[in-house]
Amino acid sequence: MEIASQCLLVLQKELRHLWRARARATATATFALACLFLFSFAGGLDGDTLRDNAAGYLWVGLLLASTLALGESFRVETEHGALEALLLFPVHPVALFLGKALGNMLTLLAVGLAMVPFAVALFDAAPREGVPTLAACVLSGSAAIAAPGTMHSALASRARARDVLLPLLLFPLVLPCVVAATQATRLAITGDPMNQLGSWLSVTVAFAIVHWSLGALLFPLVVED
Amino acid sequence: MKHVWASGAAAVLLLSVGTYIGFFHAPVEQYMGITQKIMYVHVPTAWTALLAFTAAFVASVGWLWKRAWTWDYLLESTIEVGIVLGCLLSVQGALWAKPTWGVYWDWDPRLTSVAVMVLTYAGIAALRSFVDDPVKRATWSSVASALGYVNVIFVYLCVKWLRTLHQPQSSPSTVDPAMVLPLRINAFGMIFLAIFLVALRYRMARARRARELEA
Repeated sequence: MEIASQCLLVLQKELRHLWRARARATATATFALACLFLFSFAGGLDGDTLRDNAAGYLWVGLLLASTLALGESFRVETEHGALEALLLFPVHPVALFLGKALGNMLTLLAVGLAMVPFAVALFDAAPREGVPTLAACVLSGSAAIAAPGTMHSALASRARARDVLLPLLLFPLVLPCVVAATQATRLAITGDPMNQLGSWLSVTVAFAIVHWSLGALLFPLVVED
Repeated sequence: MKHVWASGAAAVLLLSVGTYIGFFHAPVEQYMGITQKIMYVHVPTAWTALLAFTAAFVASVGWLWKRAWTWDYLLESTIEVGIVLGCLLSVQGALWAKPTWGVYWDWDPRLTSVAVMVLTYAGIAALRSFVDDPVKRATWSSVASALGYVNVIFVYLCVKWLRTLHQPQSSPSTVDPAMVLPLRINAFGMIFLAIFLVALRYRMARARRARELEA
């Protein structure tokens, strides 16, 4: 119970920081949208190709933008020994992980949902399975990236070359969930006549459950050293 | 040190004998012909690479539980040997794929997951080189290695779970007995080779740690 209330406090702190640094959050979202725009040229400007690849563009754009958001999440904690102060407060490390991961998940969800209307407009990718299904895809994918992202951000933020390390550690690890989320999103956009969307969504949710559990288990070891 | 060199010698001997039997005594496969002979190296490399990453997982749990430096030396050495074997595995797979599938690389779940696995551990090796504090380096790379092991499990199971060009795991009951013998000899040869390389790398890790303590 104490962990739950501490987790909510950490989440409040994250959201407050996000609001105060909203210029950075806006820049992250703009970066994601710029990625969407640039990918159109990389894949060819044919309408059918753009619609078929829209899900992939959305997720690669969100993944690239996630490194900015996740990196910022722990960068602020390394300044002036804020992390040590937070742990001395005392905040349970599991509550710290869950609060930060929830904050990151909400950030990614917001950026992902902000990208959807642009994807619809740029790629003619109106979701045939409905907006709630597409939102469920973005939510599950954001949850699956947020947990390992928070963990690796904690590792990379206190190492040298942290800007290179975070994507180097995170991208290969989350690739299975990005593939699953992309497939689910593609089916949500182009239609799902064979009822495969649920399976891909289950893979993303399973990945999220595994990494949220492992994160809660291992995060105390990372911050207590 | 004698045991280390004995492992190296055993690896050379077993791999020579296994490859000789595989190439000159085992029957030629009906459809792939002589190309299939690469199996006697490719499959043992795959088994040993997965074994090396499993040893890395055990070492990471060992460090997180016991905090004994031997586990960290083992983690460092098994990760690096695993990466080398994983790269070899991908190259061998590409050489086998070209004559049989028509392409060096296909975005097949097994090939892709192996590449992802190697990249995951390459990231962990990079993490180790960017952290100066030995305790933090050991703990953080152990945590990353424990998380990364999810990919190793996926590599093993993806041929059962997903539709893939790559065949699922075989067993001696589905393979000609004349092919099983060289495969087993080479498997032990690759394991001894991995033990030899891990032992050499382990000594280097221990020497580096001693130097860090002196500094």
